Amino acid sequence: MSFVPVILWSDALVFLLLLAGIASAWYVRQREHLLLPWRRVATSSVAMVSLLVLSFFLVVGLLDTLHYRVALPEQSNGKTVYSPEVLSVFDKLVTPLRAQTEKTYSAPLAVTLYAKESTSDASGNILRDYPRLRYGGVHLTDEQQRDGDVLWRGLTGALVGLMVGLAIVFGSKRWLAQRGWPLRALLIATLIISALIGMTVNLAAAYHVLGTDKVGQDVLYLSLKSIRTGLIIGTVTTLVTLPLALLLGIAAGYLRGWVDDVIQYVYTVLSSIPSVLLIAAAVLMMQVTIDTHPQWFDTSASRADLRLVFLCMILGVTSWTGLCRLLRGETLKLRELEYIQAAQAFGVSSFRILTRHIMPNVMHIVLISLVMDFSGLVLAEAVLSYVGVGVDPSMISFGTMINAARLEMGREPMVWWALAAAFGFMLVLVLAANLFADAVRDAFDPRFNRTEVVT
Amino acid sequence: MIAYLIRRILYSLPILVGVNLLTFALFFVVNTPDDMARMQLGIKRVTPDAIEKWKQQRGYDKPLLLNSAASGTDKITGTIFWQKSASMFVLDFGYSDDGRSIGREITTRMGPSLAIALPTFLIGLVAYVSFALLMTLFRATALDMAGVALCVLLMSVSGLFYIIGGQFVVSKLWHLVPISGYDGGMGGFKFVVLPIVIGVIGSVGSSSRWYRTIFLEEIGKDYVRTARAKGLSELAVLFRHVLKNAMIPILTGVVVIIPLLFMGSLLTESFFGIPGLGSYTIDAINAQDFSVVRAMVFLGSLLYIVGLILTDISYTIVDPRVRLS
Repeated sequence: MSFVPVILWSDALVFLLLLAGIASAWYVRQREHLLLPWRRVATSSVAMVSLLVLSFFLVVGLLDTLHYRVALPEQSNGKTVYSPEVLSVFDKLVTPLRAQTEKTYSAPLAVTLYAKESTSDASGNILRDYPRLRYGGVHLTDEQQRDGDVLWRGLTGALVGLMVGLAIVFGSKRWLAQRGWPLRALLIATLIISALIGMTVNLAAAYHVLGTDKVGQDVLYLSLKSIRTGLIIGTVTTLVTLPLALLLGIAAGYLRGWVDDVIQYVYTVLSSIPSVLLIAAAVLMMQVTIDTHPQWFDTSASRADLRLVFLCMILGVTSWTGLCRLLRGETLKLRELEYIQAAQAFGVSSFRILTRHIMPNVMHIVLISLVMDFSGLVLAEAVLSYVGVGVDPSMISFGTMINAARLEMGREPMVWWALAAAFGFMLVLVLAANLFADAVRDAFDPRFNRTEVVT
Repeated sequence: MIAYLIRRILYSLPILVGVNLLTFALFFVVNTPDDMARMQLGIKRVTPDAIEKWKQQRGYDKPLLLNSAASGTDKITGTIFWQKSASMFVLDFGYSDDGRSIGREITTRMGPSLAIALPTFLIGLVAYVSFALLMTLFRATALDMAGVALCVLLMSVSGLFYIIGGQFVVSKLWHLVPISGYDGGMGGFKFVVLPIVIGVIGSVGSSSRWYRTIFLEEIGKDYVRTARAKGLSELAVLFRHVLKNAMIPILTGVVVIIPLLFMGSLLTESFFGIPGLGSYTIDAINAQDFSVVRAMVFLGSLLYIVGLILTDISYTIVDPRVRLS
């Protein structure tokens, strides 16, 4: 089966961010003074466990970023035709989850649908009963066997996961210990995560672990797919925020005069508009542009994707002002220090002073604010999607999941699993991000840590 | 003081002009009225006549900035910019797509918005500051650690969860209050109590943690040491000295949002069916009623600027060292 790789706009931006991340990691590795605060982060067990959880999300998100289109069997005048459906490597890995859709709602680990249906038996009598699912638990001959089977599969899966986890633990123990990382917390977290993954994988092979939604899609699959959307909103936005805030902030602080006035005016205007309203206005206008130019997009995925990229840009344009203000203040302080004055006295150009002396000394503020903003952006996505100015309704995200599930609140008995899954995954992601961000702030903010002195 | 206020108000005029220009650019230049008409009438089957009619109904059939066909002052006033954007300075917001006066809607909907937002704000402020003071009193103990952990946990939960979960537990399982609705007067109490409680709980995490940081910063200062050396009890130090001195950073964040309370909360109001400005905005966004969204953007920034001025005034009240001149 041949395929053609597809690089959507958001994919390209993610790769760009990844490259930038690797490059800066390599840069920091070479320099002991830059590495020091990171070493402090690495000694915190909370931070390292959060990082482990985050990296699990990151792997899922990255796998979900490698997109391709499969060639269709038929050909048109000798040229291969590719399916309009854009898939990702992650989709390929979890093909059963994606493809095995039921008719409609079913509860987590259920073997029957959630609603009764009329069926006729062999002799023509009409019965009202819960019909069996097409995929969930089909290997069972009797519904009564389900509990035992779930228990057995869960336990064996967890056991296998635990084994794999133990292998990883023993393989990496010495390596971890050499670095002085919090050994015990990391090892326990690895074991728990691998047991959970093992259990889920083994159960997902035969059941819908988190149930199915209205059109019968597996909720676990939807939740895992939402991770990429959340991560992109949280990270790609910084691609817009960072250059704007950094350039304008230090330019305003260092050059002062009319440059400062203009920049201050621009960010005061932007920040005086309540952000939700500004985002709503901008997204409405973006929608008009997208709807009036359908010729720009070859697949529906690329349209949804471009909308996501635009959303990130809009979020970036509305959220750079806070960081810009901080950077301006810090630069105002720095430019009065002796070493800057010495550089000025030597006749170093303004540009060189800015890039060489000021920028490195405000980087800790940039880093802290970036990691602190991440969780807020992930949460904002859900709210914006509810308000109707979020991602494209066809794009799987926590917001669209919650939005769809919310409409079923009035149903009796309540369909709770899609909501619970979306909120649960979001909570884990945001909590891990918050805890990690706190550790980064404590390590980088000079106000928080004065005790450790470089020797 | 009066002179300062007048100057301050004059300073904020250019900002409002900027907001106005920005919304004008966003709503009329990025996409022309033709695009909006095409979008609202359907993309494919739309005739030029229909577009013209749509534009005429809404008064969008004029040039953007300069009406060269007219004469005299009409050159300026006969434009979209003058009629749709500049008119907002005198709080003339025009009409929504269903033909109602936006200004009238705003005045009638402010009441319900305030009925939710004001109690949420006041109760919240007291609750957060008390919780933060409690954590500060027991700082660096297990209680403080647990409080901070709780705060981080609470702020990691999506705001939608509090609303949906609260409605489910309180209204659907316990049948204590109706799920949604609104009523003026005392009969409305049962409708507003749940939104208020949820609103307060929704930002316990971030706010209490923020106040705790402020208090902890204050507690490391010299005057606290002096107060302790005098033999004051820890409680007296906290309430009589730390709380007072922490007022400035607290006011900076708090006073600015007071005028914005009029705008209500988008999420709470739409979930609980409260006919306030928040749900008005959400409905306008969903119906793609551009004139309402534009009016709300302008109103929001106007109120924010009023909040900034109020913040400055409040400094003089709590801190006699601050003189406005």
